[in-house]
Amino acid sequence: MGMFAVNAFLLLLLAIIAVVALRVHRLFALVMLSGAFSLTAAAQFVVLDAVDVAFTEAAVGAGISTVLALATLSLVPREEKPHAIAPLPAIIAVATGALLMVSIGDLPQFGAADAPVHVHVAPDYISGSAEKIGVPNVVTSVLASYRGYDTLGETVVIFTAAIAVLLILAGWTRAPYRREDEDRDTQGTRSIEDKQEDAG
Amino acid sequence: MQDDPVIRVVAKVLIPAIMLFALYVQFHGDYGPGGGFQAGVIFAAALVLNAVVFGLHRARQVWPMRYNLMGVSAGVVLYGGTGVWSMLAGANYLDYFALKADPKAAQHLGILLVEFGVGLTVASVMVALFFAFAGRLTHIRLVAKTAAHEATDSGTSRPGDAA
Repeated sequence: MGMFAVNAFLLLLLAIIAVVALRVHRLFALVMLSGAFSLTAAAQFVVLDAVDVAFTEAAVGAGISTVLALATLSLVPREEKPHAIAPLPAIIAVATGALLMVSIGDLPQFGAADAPVHVHVAPDYISGSAEKIGVPNVVTSVLASYRGYDTLGETVVIFTAAIAVLLILAGWTRAPYRREDEDRDTQGTRSIEDKQEDAG
Repeated sequence: MQDDPVIRVVAKVLIPAIMLFALYVQFHGDYGPGGGFQAGVIFAAALVLNAVVFGLHRARQVWPMRYNLMGVSAGVVLYGGTGVWSMLAGANYLDYFALKADPKAAQHLGILLVEFGVGLTVASVMVALFFAFAGRLTHIRLVAKTAAHEATDSGTSRPGDAA
């Protein structure tokens, strides 16, 4: 009963944040809401015993993404342009959501030992992590050893994405920066928050 | 921000603590939750805090972009290099058992190296992205300023214009 209450609270909070994020037009509020969404999702992952995922979600989703979005906010207008709901994407989104809801019934019970995902390679990983690799955190041994190729791929993806972004924002090294300009600008990313507080 | 003594002092206390926590998450990932991805992001958060509180210019002095870009590549090279090392030792790519005689020590070494590679790349990438976005505003203002200079005193010398 207690677990059900925690799950219901977190999922309800996620739904409320999502709906409010759809309705809000101030971009600063939107960035804050997406950070709150990530943090709530991280709490949900902790409840599901996926602490490594929760850690990543809190650090990347709620932390650095919010900071990067705030830095971007200093370059764009404060308000989203008002626009009507586009019918085709709305229909696709609702239909996909409905399909997912229907398919929930076919999922195995949460935590069931005979679920397909738990009878394939998982038993080998769980026993091998302690016996062969000697790493108590199974997530680390799967990520870095059993699935080392995948993690190498992920790292290369991050590397490539960063190179692409830096190429798009090229010119940032060629400009003759002056100290007072930069100091004012990093304050600028902060001052949006102050202005929003004044306005709201 | 930079004139507020409370924020400056709190940031000075927090930044080393955040960095230390990042290192803990990095090297304790074998035993508890954490690993390269999380540690890299946390380490980057310390540098972002430094840039927000003390200014981008000073953050760039503390963490020069040249070396940061090397860090972006060095992480991937470290990860891939660990695989090459295991190949040179006569095993498959990224098969850590070949790195040392004792299998568990070999796995530990391999995991430590690749996780550090991931952490290095992630931290450098996050810092590079933040600095790029935050420095963009300065760039745009400078371009606008230069354009205004060119519009007003075209044909004459423009002081301080090097763009």
